[in-house]
Amino acid sequence: MTQHVVAPVAEVPPGSHKLYTVKGRPIAVFKVDGEYFGMLDRCPHQGGSLCAGVVSGVLVSGKPGTYRLERNGELVRCPWHGWEFDIRTGQSYCDPAKIRGKSYPMSVASGAAVSEGPYVAETVPVRVEQDYIVVEM
Amino acid sequence: MSQTELTRSQPVNAATKMAIADCDIHHSPREFSMLYKYLEPQWRDHLDQFGQRARQGNYSGPQYPKSQPDASRRDAWPPGGGRPGSNLDFMRTHHLDPHNIELGVLAMIRPHPGGFQNLDLSAALCRAINDWQVTEWTQPEPRLKASIVVPYEDAPASVREIERWAGHPDMVQVLLLSRTVEPLGNRRYWPIYEAAGLPVGVHAFGYGGQPTSSTGWGSFYIEDMVGHSQSCQSMVSSMVVEGIFERFPALRVVLIEAGFAWMASLAWRLDRNWRRLRAETPHLKRLPSEYIKSHIWLTTQPMEEPDPSEHLRDVIEWIGWDRLLFATDYPHWDYDSPQTAMPLRLTQEQREAFFIGNARDVYTPGWRS
Amino acid sequence: MTIDCDIHPSIPNLAALLPYLDEHWREIVKLRGMDEFNSISYPARSPLTARPDWRPEKGKPAATLEQIRGECLDPFGTDLAICNCLHGIQLLFSEDLAAAFARAVNTLVAKELLDKEPRLRASIVVPIQNVGLAVEEIERWAGDPRFVQVLLLASGDHPLGKRIYWPIYAAAARHRLTIGIHAGSSYHNPPTAAGWPTYYTEDYTAQAQAFQTQLSSLICEGVFNQYPDLIVVLLESGWTWLPAHLWRLTKYWRGLRMEIPWVDRSPFDIVRSNVRLSLQPTDGPPDSADLERVIEHLKSDALLLFSTDYPHWQFDGRDALPSGLPASLKRKIMVDNPRATYARLVEPVA
Repeated sequence: MTQHVVAPVAEVPPGSHKLYTVKGRPIAVFKVDGEYFGMLDRCPHQGGSLCAGVVSGVLVSGKPGTYRLERNGELVRCPWHGWEFDIRTGQSYCDPAKIRGKSYPMSVASGAAVSEGPYVAETVPVRVEQDYIVVEM
Repeated sequence: MSQTELTRSQPVNAATKMAIADCDIHHSPREFSMLYKYLEPQWRDHLDQFGQRARQGNYSGPQYPKSQPDASRRDAWPPGGGRPGSNLDFMRTHHLDPHNIELGVLAMIRPHPGGFQNLDLSAALCRAINDWQVTEWTQPEPRLKASIVVPYEDAPASVREIERWAGHPDMVQVLLLSRTVEPLGNRRYWPIYEAAGLPVGVHAFGYGGQPTSSTGWGSFYIEDMVGHSQSCQSMVSSMVVEGIFERFPALRVVLIEAGFAWMASLAWRLDRNWRRLRAETPHLKRLPSEYIKSHIWLTTQPMEEPDPSEHLRDVIEWIGWDRLLFATDYPHWDYDSPQTAMPLRLTQEQREAFFIGNARDVYTPGWRS
Repeated sequence: MTIDCDIHPSIPNLAALLPYLDEHWREIVKLRGMDEFNSISYPARSPLTARPDWRPEKGKPAATLEQIRGECLDPFGTDLAICNCLHGIQLLFSEDLAAAFARAVNTLVAKELLDKEPRLRASIVVPIQNVGLAVEEIERWAGDPRFVQVLLLASGDHPLGKRIYWPIYAAAARHRLTIGIHAGSSYHNPPTAAGWPTYYTEDYTAQAQAFQTQLSSLICEGVFNQYPDLIVVLLESGWTWLPAHLWRLTKYWRGLRMEIPWVDRSPFDIVRSNVRLSLQPTDGPPDSADLERVIEHLKSDALLLFSTDYPHWQFDGRDALPSGLPASLKRKIMVDNPRATYARLVEPVA
């Protein structure tokens, strides 16, 4: 496992998501409630790009005919078949035990820390005065 | 685990990708009014004032709202604007090129005017759509072939439209929808089968004016979508039991976008019932399953997803590896990916038949010679 | 031990019901010259309607206790059999007429069959045309443990999951009655989504599609969320359509779950806990090895319930069990599954 520098934090503002390539792999980076989450940008169902999906909440129901939107901003729906995935864990909503997207631990590191290492910054020029999104993979 | 393993969605290396056929691609004009230049002025005015008047209550949008905008993949909207499926250049770079689609069969359902209440409008708009799709789609893009949309509730007018395109190399099938005013085996539709020459494709959907089930209207879009398999099962029963394959022995029927796994049980049921009730249908000379096996093909999408996926192999073996035509339904949301939709390990022969060989047999007969 | 979950006693004729109608209805029957309520679902002379050796020279099949005992109960060694009376009550358009005749049918069944033959149990016929009256009819018989189920038809005015029908399910759940959905239609809607077919062969084949629709409706509307202990039994459905239907429903549910967020389990799981299917007819493949594959696709050995579908002609001789069933499954189908399904079947009958 190595820490890879993905991008300056400013590139993924709150509530947004963006696609990056790290170690040749497409990684969708989401920012939810001040935290960054990374998922392989490939739906475990048929491979749709999760980054092209829409971020929404989860509709739940206490009983038929009632609807409640929860955790708005924390689920991504695949742009193809609408399967829902928890951005925090990669778990699918339809079958959490068996179907999950691949998630990667993300963190934020200061430019100074990143400059010292042992971070790998393939394509991202690092400046000490900025903070960076970092993924472990 | 089977079909849900992560490894399943690993894309195939583009360099090793085989050429495939996609037997259900949906194109559309960027705006409906872009069809007007192919339409007599009388009908432009009519459409402007009174609309299309399909046999459903809404004049824009379905009464079961779709699950995603324009029922489409969210990543299929052309960057330059317009509906998914409305930009040929984007369709090439987004779909045809990356999947190495050698044969793409267009199925115009947005709209298919066959179910309009006004039969003259239905015929006029079918003519316009056919002219449009050849001019703007198949002529500029030889990988794409089109389906002749016909005003199927008016058989003589349908025959005229079929004859107008006779021998045209860009037209590879006659296209109907599945929810019709009467079941499609009914004799009011026979002139279409007699004239077709080409395979007759029946795409799921349509508005025949009947409730979507034998017990009325379901509440939800999911029931409507799942219910297309039931509609198509009854339609197959009608075609077989009415004896259209006995009357028109050269007829080939392709069922489009209804899935396929249900066909095995339906064929068993029809055989069983026919054995018991055959006194009613002396015009049938063979078991229903035999007509099905020699006259009907099914496009694969939306492909059923059993868990474990090996159950799918049983079903395909019952239906026949030669009966299935791979289709993506691009750009619609329930799209099946050429790389990942088929979860089974296939022999080279099966792979070839499933992804292209069967489609060539149906749509480009004589290709082997 | 054998439990037969689907047999069909016939009402001999309209006159047989007259003693069980109120006086004013008896008079109306006479004044209007009413015909028999015979449904086109089972034309009297159609080969499927009665097996040749169960077809009497005169009168209807399965119309007397003597016929039922001699042709069905005794030869199959049946310990218990559930009577599903298919008199055409559901076809009527008048709610009141339907209620009067449903009551008459149930009374006839109780007095002329159940009272006289301890091996028989029955389903309550209800006037589905009016849900309130249907519930009244359920309540009328709920105290009689020989009634084990409420009988509905596979096609009616609306899909059976819709909330208008929920009082029926509430009553059934309250009294530990199952809901039996049997092949047949009120013909208040055309038998297919493209209208009326030409042939009876198509109509009977379409019953399987009607069951698929009803199963989707019951699951999607959340009937089993609301009534988690309710068991629905699909009778004379053909049943081999089930795996393919559930694959399709599950696939769409995964993408469209938000439309019906109360459905929080996969349709396969819901069927396993709340839905059962009678054995005959088995629309099976020609090869019995393939039938074993179909059974494996069900992913449960608890779903199938033994039935002869007497007097309908689904098989010959005593071969009610299709070949290809493993021995352990036979025992489940014949006894264990019916006992687990019908709560009232195991209750003592005074």
